Amino acid sequence: MGKTLAEKVWDAHVVRKGEGEGANAQPDLLFIDLHLVHEVTSPQAFEGLRLAGRQLRRADLTIATEDHNTPTLDIDKPIADLTSRTQIETLRANCKEFGVRLHSLGDKEQGIVHVVGPQLGLTQPGMTVVCGDSHTSTHGAFGALAMGIGTSEVEHVMATQTLSLKPFKTMAINVEGTLRPGVTAKDIILAVIAKIGTGGGQGYVLEYRGSAIRALSMDARMTICNMSIEAGARAGMVAPDQTTYDYMQGRPHAPEGADWDAAVEYWNTLNTDADATFDVEVDLDADTLEPFVTWGTNPGQGVSLSAKVPSPDDFGDENAKAAAERALQYMGLEAGTPMKDIRVDTVFLGSCTNSRIEDLRVAADIIRGREKDPNIRMLVVPGSARVRLEAEAEGLDKVFKDFGAEWRFAGCSMCLGMNPDQLEPGERCASTSNRNFEGRQGKGGRTHLVSPVVAAATAVRGTLSSPSDLESAAAGTLTGIAV
Amino acid sequence: MEAFTTHTGVGVPLRQSNVDTDQIIPAVYLKRITRTGFEDALFAAWRKDESFILNQAPFNAGSVLVAGPDFGTGSSREHAVWALKDYGFKAVLSSRFADIFRGNSGKQGLLAAEVSQDDIELIWKVLENHPGTEIKVDLVSKTVECGNVVAPFEIDDYTRWRLLEGLDDIGLTLQHEEDITAYEATRPAFKPKTLPAKVDAR
Repeated sequence: MGKTLAEKVWDAHVVRKGEGEGANAQPDLLFIDLHLVHEVTSPQAFEGLRLAGRQLRRADLTIATEDHNTPTLDIDKPIADLTSRTQIETLRANCKEFGVRLHSLGDKEQGIVHVVGPQLGLTQPGMTVVCGDSHTSTHGAFGALAMGIGTSEVEHVMATQTLSLKPFKTMAINVEGTLRPGVTAKDIILAVIAKIGTGGGQGYVLEYRGSAIRALSMDARMTICNMSIEAGARAGMVAPDQTTYDYMQGRPHAPEGADWDAAVEYWNTLNTDADATFDVEVDLDADTLEPFVTWGTNPGQGVSLSAKVPSPDDFGDENAKAAAERALQYMGLEAGTPMKDIRVDTVFLGSCTNSRIEDLRVAADIIRGREKDPNIRMLVVPGSARVRLEAEAEGLDKVFKDFGAEWRFAGCSMCLGMNPDQLEPGERCASTSNRNFEGRQGKGGRTHLVSPVVAAATAVRGTLSSPSDLESAAAGTLTGIAV
Repeated sequence: MEAFTTHTGVGVPLRQSNVDTDQIIPAVYLKRITRTGFEDALFAAWRKDESFILNQAPFNAGSVLVAGPDFGTGSSREHAVWALKDYGFKAVLSSRFADIFRGNSGKQGLLAAEVSQDDIELIWKVLENHPGTEIKVDLVSKTVECGNVVAPFEIDDYTRWRLLEGLDDIGLTLQHEEDITAYEATRPAFKPKTLPAKVDAR
């Protein structure tokens, strides 16, 4: 019988097969091709190595950057928050001691770890990629098996370049059809999570398939794979194809010459065999998909933008009902309110989900020549210093600044507010990030997860909006004049 | 890691689903570079509310947390496990754990015991009707006991064995060092290396 993509990548990395069969099997020992490191989940792992007198096994398969704590303003000045500064300085000292390549604040390759790996060409099809960050699933867009790990596992990878893992089950997410204008990869993944729930992918590797996925760019595929973890799946994958190769070719660490040919020959085998079976298959219709937004406090609590805030009574399950009640209270929302009537205070365009160059381009296209709602503050935080430079070369920074948005330096920023970019209590945000958890963007902050195009349209209108609302708003004004 | 066989301690009912790791420990506490001292950070936002369960005796002295489904979702932060342990929790019961959280727990000797939601409901009732009731968690027999409720729990055999023996993962893996070296020799040349850096980033 054939194998799925995930099984092929898994099998190619087994250092030692676990003894036993089925449920009682011991975990397999898998080799890790790339270990991404950042300042938050690594200090205790480095310390663990030191205490045990262990070496970093493969510095040449390890790379670090500073992202979670870094300020997005005044990056040439010392970091004001002392604990943040200590954590960054600790990373710098650890990287120096263990010989790890580090892209520090101020350097051209610094940025969110999941933006940096792909743009350097270090993320490639068929690899195993890990990082002490749950959004490592992003790298699955290249057909890599990529997953987030805890700090103990970070230390394990540092010491052994392997991980002990129990095989996953496989789930196909089939997305067939053509997305309508204004509907994006973000809407696909938010709809998937709403459909299968925050625990629906638990124990599975998701493989996103179908014509709608094949039509997506790499940036868009990364957005989808990024949020696999929000459906409970540790990893999500897309089989590599010409789109993948075109993205990779010429990147600094992409293979060259004969290596490139050998790599492509191998990458071409990385797809699910026709006779392979998934443990579960889920279908989503791209043709009918609308822009999707969240109303609650977990990423599964989402609806179409044209829908209304649901009522707890809409949920049959007692736990879901209680969760909805609590979420509505936290979010300060009343059931039955049209989502488009919800007024927001802040728009955040950024995070490892939506901070790549295409995300900035589509948002800029919508706001270009339009005026920002005067009550909205908008933060634009490129995913990496490289993305920022690229955007500036295209003049996007000017579009954002003319609109009245703040053009910031790269980092995780307001996605999780470990730096000064935070929401105030009660402040409502349309955010292109990945988590609408209570307090995630700042204590008491209220988050609606949206796509970059919805973020941009919302910044114009002041309420949750799609680009199509902007056109109809303009038409409405004309009608008003005629009357 | 300290071995885990049985533990008996006050049960804490947390009637909530989808308790994500941002709730267990907000990001602001992740700036520390130590592995201990996170007890103040546990459920920090919720603990500001006086009616929160951990602000009430006898639950504030609890060591077995009984939570709703999908516990530990979201961020991979192992700090969530450290905070639970530092506060004094030895075990968490839930009908479903997020994968990364469960893995992190196993590495740190915090028992993540999967109990059916029906049994969780029964245990919640006992704890709410008789605050201070102790729960006995027995990893050998894979059962929990709370008042008159005796329920089985699930945990994968490998994690159970490691917890029972108190084994260090890295030590176990390094016993297979030869296998790792042999694998490394077979890796294709086109696989990327981070060193030397092929960019001038300055």
